[in-house]
Amino acid sequence: MRALCWHGKQDIRCDTVPDPKIEHPRDAIIKVTSCAICGSDLHLYDNFMPGMENGDIMGHETMGIVEEVGSEVSNLKKGDRVVIPFTIFCGECDQCRRGNFSVCERSNRNKSLADKVFGHTTAGLFGYTHLTGGYPGGQAEYLRVPFADRTHIKVPGGIPDETLLFLSDIFPTGWQAAVQCDIQPDDTVAIWGCGPVGQFAIRSALLLGAKQVIAIDRVPERLAMAEAGGATVIDFSKESVVERLNELTRGKGPEKCIDCVGLEAHATATIDSMYDRAKQAVMLETDRPHVLREMMYVCRPAGVLSIPGVYGGLLDKVPFGMAMNKGLTFRMGQTHVNRWTDDLLRRIEQGQIDPSFVITHTVGLAEGPNMYKTFRDKLDGCIKVVLKP
Amino acid sequence: MSRPVIAPKHARALAQGLGWFSIGLGVAEVLMPHRVTRATGLHGHERLVASYGVREIATGIGLLTSRDPTPWLWGRVGGDALDIGTLAAGLRPANRDRERSGAALLAVLGVAALDLVCVLALKPSRRPPLPLADYRRRSGLPQPPGAMRGAASDFVVPADMRTPPALRWPAEAR
Ligand SMILES: NC(=O)c1ccc[n+]([C@@H]2O[C@H](COP(=O)([O-])OP(=O)(O)OC[C@H]3O[C@@H](n4cnc5c(N)ncnc54)[C@H](O)[C@@H]3O)[C@@H](O)[C@H]2O)c1
Ligand SMILES: [Zn+2]
Ligand SMILES: [Zn+2]
Repeated sequence: MRALCWHGKQDIRCDTVPDPKIEHPRDAIIKVTSCAICGSDLHLYDNFMPGMENGDIMGHETMGIVEEVGSEVSNLKKGDRVVIPFTIFCGECDQCRRGNFSVCERSNRNKSLADKVFGHTTAGLFGYTHLTGGYPGGQAEYLRVPFADRTHIKVPGGIPDETLLFLSDIFPTGWQAAVQCDIQPDDTVAIWGCGPVGQFAIRSALLLGAKQVIAIDRVPERLAMAEAGGATVIDFSKESVVERLNELTRGKGPEKCIDCVGLEAHATATIDSMYDRAKQAVMLETDRPHVLREMMYVCRPAGVLSIPGVYGGLLDKVPFGMAMNKGLTFRMGQTHVNRWTDDLLRRIEQGQIDPSFVITHTVGLAEGPNMYKTFRDKLDGCIKVVLKP
Repeated sequence: MSRPVIAPKHARALAQGLGWFSIGLGVAEVLMPHRVTRATGLHGHERLVASYGVREIATGIGLLTSRDPTPWLWGRVGGDALDIGTLAAGLRPANRDRERSGAALLAVLGVAALDLVCVLALKPSRRPPLPLADYRRRSGLPQPPGAMRGAASDFVVPADMRTPPALRWPAEAR
């Protein structure tokens, strides 16, 4: 089959690779009908995430049709239409029973490695580093789904792929980011980053009843899309984020702050951002935590910082003393996708939201490598790319 | 614009090559300005040549270390223009070594062409983005945002993600 494979920094190729096979009785194989490129894939593309290997198949936002199931998968059959969450989970361990699927204790097949690096293992993820199992991803014609009896979302016919696909990741991710804020009717929610995750966080915060949603980015079309979702926008390349946020909250600061940017934050000529660039270049620091610093500074005391943005390793000059003294609450993590998807599928079916609004590009698999660059560099007005294998 | 002469992948390799070339030339200009002026018929301009050397080294480091070599390549193109101007001045009849200046000028013109080919090949072919108005229509919501505020308030935040009452606004009356 054909698949998009990682071959090093900014080198993704459409290769021909062996078809996946059932390897375990709880596996299923699905024929991929749609998949997408995520901001998390860009961290791999730019080689900021340790533990990638030459030839790894990319992709963790996938849907399709069940082709074959292992002997222990009784709740799926050939022909079922499924969306596959990016977090692989067993459904039985202590964490899964609490709904903490992204830290499932059993689905990471490189558990001992993860135990060493993270202290304790987290869940297996598709198309991601070998620290999270190194499972082949879904930017391919076929995908093997481990623990398939749990790791799936059954979806009905009659709704297009484009409306359902993002149940795999970015819709629940934006949703969890807002849910973690426990939004109250008087809250101002400030959201850094108007990429796909930010767009869903904006709409989730609105639907959950935030009084005011403020969105921060510098890419004009992304800011325009944020406005469409009801956000007041700040262009960080033109205005001071801290000043504007204080103005918009009568000097109090936003009660809730969401980081939908992660470790590759850009900044315009602030001292801390140049410091990060320099240290990253000589490998004294892995991540650029500019957004985290800004959130800690501007957040109202006793507020909540919700962090869906991905960080990879070591962060420097994080003003933790400030955060401690302000009594901030931090909530973060990879999304517990299936904890939310039944509810979100119902909201889609009821017409509360149609996630396809975010798609700007739909192409075949062979175009994938080019699309990584287009998406990363925000060329051609690109916000979200869907691939049709 | 017509298609670039070389593929972006090769252009990136070329940019690296130009980076090393810059550093090599720059080091020569800084350490041995006399030899360089002799070879190019620019007697008496040693200090100018040495300062060009500093420029070359800086550009070379920029080319080799930055993710996007484009601004540094434009820097090289600007530098080429300076070099060409300086060498053209060496062509005046009064200069005994004007043949050397001429030869050097030809070489610089060649390198300048390479710089231009490289920077143009790296220029992303950016189809004009969709009009912003198109993005302003993409709400994903069935009604205007104002009407959708709180539409999901039937959702119950799970206990592990709830904010303790003491940290909520407005403070609950006690
Ligand atoms: N927690 C999870 O489970 C999960 C799931 C999906 C994605 N993610 C992460 O969420 C993040 C966003 O993903 P995406 O798909 O939207 O990616 P994206 O790269 O398209 O979006 C990032 C946006 O942030 C903007 N930005 C950069 N610097 C900024 C700054 N200083 N202030 C404000 N905005 C800034 C960029 O212009 C861009 O629009 C990534 O880190 C991704 O890895 C996490
Ligand atoms: Zn993702
Ligand atoms: Zn589990």
